[in-house]
Amino acid sequence: MKKLAIKAVNDFVIKFANVNGSGSASANTLFAKSILRMGVPVSPRNIFPSNIQGLPTWYEVRVTESGYLARRGGCDFMVAMNPQTWDKDVAEIEPGGYLFYDSTRQMPQSKFRADINVIGIPLTEIVNSAYNDPRQRQLFKNIIYVGALSALLDVEVAVIEQLIAEQYKGKEKLLPPNIAALHMGRDYALTHLDCNIGLKVKRADKVGDQIFVEGNSAAALGAVYGGATVAAWYPITPSSSLAEAFAKHCKKFRTAEDGKARYAIVQAEDELASIGMVIGAAWNGARAFTATSGPGISLMQEFLGLAYFAEIPSVIFDVQRAGPSTGMPTRTQQSDVLSCAYASHGDTKHVLLFPEDPYECFTFGAEAFDLADRLQTPIFVMLDLDIGMNERLCKPFEWDDKRQMDRGKVMTAEDLDAGKDFGRYLDVDGDGIPFRTYPGTHPTKGSYFTRGTSRDRYARYTEEGDAYVDNMQRLLHKFETAKEKVPQPIIHAAAHTTRFGAIYYGSTSPAMHEALDILRETGLHLDAMRIRAFPFSDDVLEFIAAHDDVFVVEQNRDAQLRTLLMTEGAISPAVLTPVLHYDGTPITARFIADEISQKLKLLHVAPLHSVSAKRVGGENK
Amino acid sequence: MTYLAKPKLHHPNLPRNKLGYTRRDYEGAISTLCAGCGHDSISAAIIQACFALDLPPHRIAKLSGIGCSSKTPTYFLGNSHGFNTVHGRMPSVLTGANLANRDLIYLGVSGDGDSASIGLGQFAHVMRRGVNMTYIVENNGVYGLTKGQFSATSDKGSKSKRGAVNADEAIDMVGLAMQLGATYIARSFSGDKEQLVPLIEGAILHQGAAFIDVISPCVAFNNHDGSTKSYDYVREHNEAVNFLDVIKFRDEITTQYAPGTLQEVVQHDGSILRLRKLHENYDPTDHIAAMNHLAESRARHEIATGLLFVNGEPADLHAAANTVSIPLNMLDDKALNPGSAALAKLNAALR
Ligand SMILES: Cc1ncc(C[n+]2csc(CCOP(=O)(O)OP(=O)(O)O)c2C)c(N)n1
Ligand code: SF4
Ligand SMILES: [Mg+2]
Repeated sequence: MKKLAIKAVNDFVIKFANVNGSGSASANTLFAKSILRMGVPVSPRNIFPSNIQGLPTWYEVRVTESGYLARRGGCDFMVAMNPQTWDKDVAEIEPGGYLFYDSTRQMPQSKFRADINVIGIPLTEIVNSAYNDPRQRQLFKNIIYVGALSALLDVEVAVIEQLIAEQYKGKEKLLPPNIAALHMGRDYALTHLDCNIGLKVKRADKVGDQIFVEGNSAAALGAVYGGATVAAWYPITPSSSLAEAFAKHCKKFRTAEDGKARYAIVQAEDELASIGMVIGAAWNGARAFTATSGPGISLMQEFLGLAYFAEIPSVIFDVQRAGPSTGMPTRTQQSDVLSCAYASHGDTKHVLLFPEDPYECFTFGAEAFDLADRLQTPIFVMLDLDIGMNERLCKPFEWDDKRQMDRGKVMTAEDLDAGKDFGRYLDVDGDGIPFRTYPGTHPTKGSYFTRGTSRDRYARYTEEGDAYVDNMQRLLHKFETAKEKVPQPIIHAAAHTTRFGAIYYGSTSPAMHEALDILRETGLHLDAMRIRAFPFSDDVLEFIAAHDDVFVVEQNRDAQLRTLLMTEGAISPAVLTPVLHYDGTPITARFIADEISQKLKLLHVAPLHSVSAKRVGGENK
Repeated sequence: MTYLAKPKLHHPNLPRNKLGYTRRDYEGAISTLCAGCGHDSISAAIIQACFALDLPPHRIAKLSGIGCSSKTPTYFLGNSHGFNTVHGRMPSVLTGANLANRDLIYLGVSGDGDSASIGLGQFAHVMRRGVNMTYIVENNGVYGLTKGQFSATSDKGSKSKRGAVNADEAIDMVGLAMQLGATYIARSFSGDKEQLVPLIEGAILHQGAAFIDVISPCVAFNNHDGSTKSYDYVREHNEAVNFLDVIKFRDEITTQYAPGTLQEVVQHDGSILRLRKLHENYDPTDHIAAMNHLAESRARHEIATGLLFVNGEPADLHAAANTVSIPLNMLDDKALNPGSAALAKLNAALR
């Protein structure tokens, strides 16, 4: 009986099951990048449980000529390098898929499946006979499997060689042994294995000038371009690499000729101190930020209220993970929407930005500092683990050299000498935003006392109800002003007029776009709106009003953005249908499309025109 | 309405300092604290010290937490920016402010509840980071603002106004600051202006983390018999180890003292801390000896006051962060932004 074998060119999922710390990460990235260099988009994801014995990690690469960068789900080719997770890994392979493993040690037949294709290569034996040093055995084993995979999947070896050469630029001594290891694996596969398998990579031109980068690194770069000089943070997955990337970028771009730093980074004692330092620095006229995740946001609550009320520009990068508390610390979610939007006690509301990919992590990252200064309030940049900690293909970063920092309404010594009326909480031009002075501006004018307690327009302490209400109303008005200043929503109109809409945000983007294609192919048409910020602009409300039913697609349990839409837009819950994915894995197009089509079926919506169930992205069977 | 502006009428004969300011120019709004509150005396001492040091008032930033003590920055230095932060977290805000502009003088004002209870963590970390500041704890052994609960500096066995006895061990802020690496550590008493003013002056001139624990009786809740933070108790148990004269850099040295009774410490900015020894063997530059002395005097129920420790050559947070000499908040686009060419290169490396 001929075995079932998945056949696909430039459209499959390959997963690497590794042991943490075995040096596999750089080999796996090398593999993914080599496919990119062949002009074929890939979307890799790191999966790393936080506390399972044996420290397993997985690296899942979706090879996708159509450019669908969301997680597809399922696995067509498993590189099983971790004996401890063997059973789970083998079980995960799609029927007709491939299992690639180290065949040095005999495995009992019961450890395999009849419906998959097994490719064994004696990796340990190969490295043990080629190297004596245990460290070398470990490292080169990874390169050797990349070599073998290149033979099996038709990854161009010259491309891999070129990447290795780039990696070891300046350390040329390390180049030949790596190239040798690559060929060791490749040659073994070519001579000993049947490389004529069903999955292949074929050169294409679908990558263009796109870049491949992690959202955290991009956001940190945005902070550099946004003029941030002070960063205070407390380590927490998945945000730590943002602060670390800021340090790396600053070292490169912000070191003066004499070696001095044009920035200061403090690893604080906790998140309370981190946000306190940010507030102190921003009060004093520096651009400052912190990077954290949900538990950190919880700890910052009191301070965030102070920053709102005392009108301190500050930037918070929240790289969201599954909560509550340590919940699933290494899994992704969009579950801090409400805790950030209304962070703190008393009446507070905050500006949130929702980047969809590293490109927007960079642009919003920089923009956040202008917005903070302009609006004099905390700005939250809402990343999540999925975009923060994975390399993602995106548009190249852009910067206009004519652009300058917008420091907002700051009164200078000259303004004060010219007799300008300075009231720290005085709205002079109707946008709700007052002027501020930096400490130390003028010997006799413009100083004021900042406090969380209520005060009048001239910053004088008062507990008078009228003055309190006056100030709170101005803050509300300022929030209205924010609506036009924040990134506006983007509409993807359906090809056909439709009564149905979908709202989504952040890292859901690629899955949503793919889902819209799937739905369209089955004759279901939806207008889609990607929300990029809170407060919502009027366009959002108009979009909802223009549709009978709007699906709100989110990665949390409680439909948090939907709640925000209902509360802030006075929208009836009946119009907003939640589509919720919150198991900690990134949302998939299959999930969204299934949910929406099922819900539409309940609404008795007939497909506009039936298209024969065509193969859509990811369906390989 | 609790804001009372002081009339700005200057008597023509009021003495002026080198900058031409009178003492009035360093004052703030009229205090709303209880009459006789120790905190008001500390405000007066701060005003005196800033006047005497010829500091431009607007170059000082005053930060505080929450409490009666933390309210006091409203009552001094009316021409300085001030920040009344949240309870126990002033140290982090001050740290951030200091990072943003290394050229201002930072004055942190706090209470024993603010710094020893809710804010103990931040107190510890601001000291170990060596933030260049003057940090004053106005220590009354109670929560004044919330009406008289014990604080973490209340001595074990001391009695509250209502007769409750404190069963918990007291936190000694000076001892903590010693361990945590503050580089200028003093203790004084709000009722002893002569001792306190020079200690504040020395702290301001000190280019590192300077901490002053000022015992400051709360007349409303902790000035009764059985309290160890009352005016009477502190006067009886006060053991000054030295008396400080601060000689600013540039000032001429005129007075002469008998050899052996005097110790001079030259600070980084050139100022000289001249100590008249009141306790013959006390050397505030000897860290270990100072710690031993403090432990001994504590065991004897004495309150050691004076300049307890100083390191004339402190390193501060900016030294550790290796920051440029120009304040970070003054760097412009050119200094901060790598520009599009650098970005293009970066893009190329990400393909
Ligand atoms: C988070 C928080 N908890 C509690 C309070 C209430 N509170 C205000 S002042 C204070 C104690 C102040 O004591 P201390 O610092 O010793 O100042 P004092 O009034 O004695 O000068 C407390 C508990 C608060 N403002 N914030
Ligand atoms: S309650 Fe105590 S600390 Fe507060 S003002 Fe009155 S005397 Fe001072
Ligand atoms: Mg107190």
